[in-house]
Parts: sequence; C-alpha cells; structure tokens
Amino acid sequence: MNGIWGQLDQIFVTLQHWVAGLFPVWLQPVVATLIAVVGIVAAFPGIFALTTVLERKGLGRIQNRIGPNRVGPLGLFQPIADGIKSLTKEDIVPVSADGLVHFLAPVLLVLAVFLGYATLPVGRNMVLLNMDAGLFFFFAIGASTELSIFMAGWSSRNKYSLLGAMRAVAQMISYEVPLLLSSVVVVMITGSLSTVKIVEAQGGFTGIFPHWYVFTPWGFVGFVLFVTAALAETNRSPFDLPEGESELVAGYFTEYSGFKFALFFLGEYLGMLSIAGFAITLFLGGWGAPFSFLAFLPSWGWFFLKLLAGIGFFIWLRGTMPRLRQDQLMNFAWKFVLPMALLNLVVAGAWRFMGDGWLRWVVSTAVLGGAYVLLGSVLMRRQGIGPRSYRYAE
Amino acid sequence: MLGEGMMKGLAETGKNFLGSFVSAERMTTVQYPEERIAPIENTRDFPFLVYDGADDASDEAKLAGLRCVACQICEKECPPKCIYIVKSTDKKPDFVGKPQIYPARFDIDISVCMSCQICVEVCPFEAIKMDTEFELSTTDRFGGLLLDREQLSKSNGHYRAIHPTEAAEVDARLAEEKVKAEAKARAAAEAAAAKAGAAAAAPKPVAAPAAAAKEPSV
Repeated sequence: MNGIWGQLDQIFVTLQHWVAGLFPVWLQPVVATLIAVVGIVAAFPGIFALTTVLERKGLGRIQNRIGPNRVGPLGLFQPIADGIKSLTKEDIVPVSADGLVHFLAPVLLVLAVFLGYATLPVGRNMVLLNMDAGLFFFFAIGASTELSIFMAGWSSRNKYSLLGAMRAVAQMISYEVPLLLSSVVVVMITGSLSTVKIVEAQGGFTGIFPHWYVFTPWGFVGFVLFVTAALAETNRSPFDLPEGESELVAGYFTEYSGFKFALFFLGEYLGMLSIAGFAITLFLGGWGAPFSFLAFLPSWGWFFLKLLAGIGFFIWLRGTMPRLRQDQLMNFAWKFVLPMALLNLVVAGAWRFMGDGWLRWVVSTAVLGGAYVLLGSVLMRRQGIGPRSYRYAE
Repeated sequence: MLGEGMMKGLAETGKNFLGSFVSAERMTTVQYPEERIAPIENTRDFPFLVYDGADDASDEAKLAGLRCVACQICEKECPPKCIYIVKSTDKKPDFVGKPQIYPARFDIDISVCMSCQICVEVCPFEAIKMDTEFELSTTDRFGGLLLDREQLSKSNGHYRAIHPTEAAEVDARLAEEKVKAEAKARAAAEAAAAKAGAAAAAPKPVAAPAAAAKEPSV
C-alpha cells in the first residue's frame, strides 16, 4: 500500500495530521479531533443532500417519471433550493405546545444521530473514536433517538403527532431487539465490539473473494435481519407507519415547520446513513474492497460506494413496498425476526465450534433455510382474512 | 414462501427503473412550460362572458356584442356566490336587435369559483361559458383574482376554438332563434301592415309593430 494509491488512501489522515501539526503540541489532539468532527459533519449532510435528490429521481424513475430536473444540471442543486426554502419559511410553534421541548426535540435528534458516527470507520485509520465498545456505543446512542421522537410527538400537543410518536416508540423498541441480536453474531465470531476490529477481521481474501461475513450462512441471515430491523428503526418504508402521510399527516413532526422540519428530515436521513454504514461495517467488510485485485483503490472510496449502493437499495425498497399495518409490523418483529435472530445466534455458535470444513456450511444453511421456510409458512401465515366479525358487549 | 411477493415487486420496480432510461414511451410526464398537451375538448375551469364580434374588438365593441342581459340568474344560482352583477339603467340591442339591459358590472372572483359550471347550465342566453385558461397565477390574490367585465369578455370565436362541438350547437340554436325572431317580426310587421291596410279601410288606431314584437323580457 505505497505509492500514489497508498497516499490517496490516507489523504484525509495526512491532511488531518498536517493541519494539527500547525498548532502547539498540547493543542494537537483537540485540533485533530475537531478536524475529524468537521469532516463527519460536512461529509454526511452532503451525502444526505445527494440522497434526497437520488431518492426523488429514483422514485421518479420507478414510477416512469423524470423527477426533479429544474434546479441546476439534472436537478442536482435541488437540495440547495430546498434548504433555502426551509430556512426562509415561518417557524410555527403551536400555542398549546410545550415550547422548550418542542424546540429541543429536533436538536437532540440530530445531535444523537451525529454521535452515532463517532465509532463508524469510514476508511483505513479513519474512525473518530476507536472505542473498545464501539458497537455498543452506537446502539446506545441510536436508542436515544426514540426519546427525541417522543419529545416531538408529546410536546406538539396534537393527536397526529402523539399517535405518530406512540407508533414510533412501539416500533423502534420492537425492532431494537432484533437489530441488536442480529449484530451480536458478528461480535461472537470476531470476539470484539470494536468496529475497527470487526472490519479488520473481514479483511482477508480467499482467491479473489473477500472474507465478508455476509458470505457465510449466519452472516447472510444476520445481514438480512439487520437491514430489516434497520429499516424499521429508521422509519423507512415499508415500516414508515410513524410518519404515514396518508394516515397521520406527517406523524410526530406534524407540528414542525421551517428549519426544525428540515432538522427532522436531516436526522432521519442521517440515521439511515449511519445504520447503513454499520450494516456495511458489520457484514459487508466495512471499507474493504470486494475483490482482491481492486484492493488498491482508496478504502474510503469503497465505504462511500457501498453506502450509496445501500441507499440505492433502500430507495428501491421504498419505491416497491406498500406500508405495513401496525399488527403486521408487530407480528413480523416478534414472530419472525426475533426467533430468526435467536436461532442465528445458536447457528453462529455452532459455526464457531464446528471448525473448518464443508460440514458447518451444510448444517448452518440447512438449519437457517429450514427455519426460514417453517417460520415463514407457520407463524407468518395469513390468518383470519375474511369478513370481519364483531363481538358486542352483552 | 415468505418474501416471494417482495422479490416480484422488486423485479417489477427494477424493470420500470431501468426501462425509464431506455424507452421514451414509458415516460408519462410532459415537461410542462416547454411542452404542452392540447386540452381535451371538455376541459373547463372558470367561466367567461361570450360576446359576438371580432376576437380583437375594442372594449366598446365587446360591450356591444355581449350576450349577457344581466338577468342575474347565474348570480343567484352560483353555489359559492362568486358572481357580482350590477344592472345597467339603459338598454342596448341584443343579437336579434331587441333592446336589452346589459351588465354595468359583472365580476367573478375566481379565487372563490369552484368551476361547477352551474352558471353555464342556467344561463338562458348562452352568454356565459367555461374557459380553458388555467395559467391565472398572480401576485395580487385579491384584486388579481377578481375578474371584471372587460377581462371576462371573450369572443364567440374563442368559444368556437376551445369547445368546437358545443359552440356549433349553440350557434345553430341561436341562428334558429334569430330566424324565428325575424320570421316573427316579419309576421308581426305583415300583420301590422294588414291591420294598417284594414285600418286604412276602416280607420282604427293600432299598436306600433315594435310593441307587437316585444316579448316579455326578463
């Protein structure tokens, strides 16, 4: 990893060290951290802006439309126009709203979401905080977004907001469990909660193929479950009940306007980006290249490419799926995702102790495939679809 | 199996996504300000007043050709009450040459109008019709959306251009009425002349032919 590609790979790290070197020694750690923070705070909202355009254009294409194409070349400056618009809009706070909480909710949401990026490795040597419990930190911070969502719903003093917030909390708590359990398999196999170590553990190549966890039976199942739970956790379609436009106006941020609304929007997308980033870190080899002969390309390039691919998949899903019903959502979480995640833990344990060889592949695949078919056909079967019967109090 | 329908759905949307890049006939949208679709014949949005005369007639000529006789039926029938009419104190001849009252003011507030076409249905004089003009945005939401008599007056030629079938029917009906009115006037004149002849034979005072032609006007 020397020469021009090696330099390009470490360009941001070099830049950070160079800028920090301009300051006195005692100030250098602080400056270095600040630079990394600025990098995160600049890069991810930039990707968010790009995502909003890509999403609108992608959804448009899925519906055989063109999508935004007026502002700038191919409509790429649309987010700038949207940003200016939301900044110049009137900031309305309902008379009966709890002013302080109403104000704090979007700020806390964005704050919590940004904190989640602290342990996300976006490239080789590019992580803000190499914590031993990095994954744990991310989940702990991620769970606190529920608080700000409930704050928003409660302080608005609006039925739609409150219903949206209730739904959001119910949904996020339900899917928090499978989200955690599906990522525990990675921790079991790697033996570390550190995100950097998890990426390093997936670093090698067999032939030209990488050792990503998604290419193992338990890793694949874990990945699918993680992505499902992540979609629900970030209130993305088809799990967008908390903000179902057709039912709840906009859910918990009905009473928000102007830039506070934009902050919610930002928080939601940043949450999606960070959770997609963690899915990549846990199962898709983080910043690792997909083939050994492509490993010379910059690591951060791979990470952001994978991130864009993940976002593209989320957009594709959003353009395809109708919204679930509340009971379907809960049934799916507790009857399918959770048992699968628990079984996956057992399978990952067996995989660890069965040693190398083809046997563990066959056993894991058979158990997980069987469970998928069984759970899918038994627990997720359609029940009671027919004329509704009413029971009245006698 | 669980997830089968999802795969099918993803395949379908994926096909649409890729197809939208290769085949232009998939795209359903029109790039509006540059491209436009000609409105279909039954398009309607807000009412206008029909006048008989050239398309670019002067305001006086427009007023002279206005079919409206300020009968105020539309004003009374309008569900959201967006029409305001002031009757004139004098009279002007209508298309058959009969003196009629005309609207001294005729305002429609198109910010209130709900495009129901009831005014058109109730008008006995074919004087108010539905327009197809939709680019009516203005920076003045009160004055700018309150259309007065001059703004509302549009020629019969315009009506023929936007609703050809309907306009042909209306024209035929009006021509028939005109023929009838003329025949009636002629008959009245003849009767008057005959009476005058008879009166000449046996002197007796009679009403003028103009009075005989007068129908009960609204």
